[in-house]
Amino acid sequence: MGTLAEEILGARLGRTVEAGETVVVPVDVVMSHDTTTALVAEGMDDLGRKVAHPERGVVVFDHITPAATIAAAEQQQRARDFVTRQGIPNLLTDGISHQVLPEHGLISPGDVVVGADSHTVTLGAFGAFATGMGSTDVAVAYATGESWLRVPSTLAVRLEGQFGRAVEAKDLILEVVRRVGSDGARYQAVEYIGTAASELSIGDRMTLCNMAVEMGGKAGLFAADDRTLEWLLGRGARPARVLEARHPSYQRVETIDLDQLEPMVAISPRVDTGRPVREISGMAVDQVFIGTCTNGRLADFATAAAVLRGHQVAVRTVAVPASREVYLAALRAGYIEALVQAGVAVESAGCGPCLGRHKGVLGPGERAVTTMSRNFRGRMGDPTSEIYLASPATAAATALLGRLADPREVG
Amino acid sequence: MARAWRFGDFVNTDQIIPGRYNVTTDPGELGRSCFIELRPDFASTVQPGDLIVAGEDFGCGSSREHAVIAILATGVTAVLAPSFARIFYRNAINRGLAVLECAEASAVVDGAEVELDLARGRVVDRTTGRALETRPLPLFAQRIARHGGVLELVRVHGSLNGNCRSECGTALGPN
Repeated sequence: MGTLAEEILGARLGRTVEAGETVVVPVDVVMSHDTTTALVAEGMDDLGRKVAHPERGVVVFDHITPAATIAAAEQQQRARDFVTRQGIPNLLTDGISHQVLPEHGLISPGDVVVGADSHTVTLGAFGAFATGMGSTDVAVAYATGESWLRVPSTLAVRLEGQFGRAVEAKDLILEVVRRVGSDGARYQAVEYIGTAASELSIGDRMTLCNMAVEMGGKAGLFAADDRTLEWLLGRGARPARVLEARHPSYQRVETIDLDQLEPMVAISPRVDTGRPVREISGMAVDQVFIGTCTNGRLADFATAAAVLRGHQVAVRTVAVPASREVYLAALRAGYIEALVQAGVAVESAGCGPCLGRHKGVLGPGERAVTTMSRNFRGRMGDPTSEIYLASPATAAATALLGRLADPREVG
Repeated sequence: MARAWRFGDFVNTDQIIPGRYNVTTDPGELGRSCFIELRPDFASTVQPGDLIVAGEDFGCGSSREHAVIAILATGVTAVLAPSFARIFYRNAINRGLAVLECAEASAVVDGAEVELDLARGRVVDRTTGRALETRPLPLFAQRIARHGGVLELVRVHGSLNGNCRSECGTALGPN
């Protein structure tokens, strides 16, 4: 009996667990990437231990790849060396970790996942308990095959109704974050429930779980269902432990009627400042960016291509698919061609300019409208630059009109 | 006596060490870039033993442990704040940076002289003469802190849940 977080952790431990309890739990997948693996390697060397279960380890190059600087190239050399020395079979270089792990069948429902990246929570979309940690905790997970954590209490978000025209999962999560606050779910799991939640696509579920950390959350969670299993079919994933909450005791329940939502934008530099786009549409914008682990998937490219096909962007626009699989599918569907013809710079798969290191760094005073999850001051470049967070539809409409635009203005 | 360096609410790890400056694991380099954009004078003027006093949710955002390494490299040994983001909190305990939860942290002004007794969790603001209450670490975190970090704990016990012979036990179960 318990919340989905309690059920998953309990199933993994073979006993009942309760929120507030501290447990040491076996870890099914351990992940680190090109800017965190070198520190993980230092921790492992300090410990003098080998990776306990190399087959459960995954190292992903996504943050600054291909390397944009000598320093980044050196970090990647150190990461490659770690992979070789430790005999880790999975070194992935084809996109953002949170996207390519499930694509490669490395995530199964019921898994416990520890990743050296805060957006590891994205994988809760597959019914896995996935959380971000620092490099030392991840080194311990590699070395011992286990991690310690306090079983979190749960904030449930009950979804009802249906999205209206041009309203997307990103608008929903910006509303959730606005209501809960940027630390309102600290140490908690954020579990999505209700009939409308089970209707959402896997991509939408990933967008919702992804931003659990922007509320301070330890995990974002959807119960796995037929949709999850269908998505993973043919990808070689390990057998699923399909679990759901049973007579859960939630610490708080927020109910959201999707019909009441409209396109939202979160104002620089705080993620919990969401408001309807129409209230400030017309705001000047210097750059648009479509991509990231929040919104770089095929459906997001379909949305952007539908808005921009046959037109020219009125402001510089960068698009970065979350993975090579997304890139190829978008290419075959004609989305990439439509975007390139519209004047969009389509870059190779990865985190792109979300970290302010390459592929679209902002200059002094510049303002970007992006599909990212974080709008911290200076994250994309100069400390005086600004980031506004929005959906792919809003970002594309903004690219088309050269100013912040409500997607309902353009179609 | 430590000097208090006052910061506001929601200081994120991008501000502690921006993404453009953390493409290294060298503590010296990370320390020189600590708060480089938020407070450019910090790294060059902070003294060993000084204290960061911050607002709510210190260390939110990215999981980058470089943020803790950068702070420690400046000589700062403790951060006092009403609340911490969870990944930063774990990273700090794992690396031996003292993180003291203190509801009254906002009463400490920038530049205040603060007396720190980390072993007892006692903090006295000498500028106002006020003793500040801090919340003890969760039991498992105390166990890690007693070992001087999680790597040392694993080294000594072979695993996370190996029993300590001493007073700390496993520190598992309800807190």
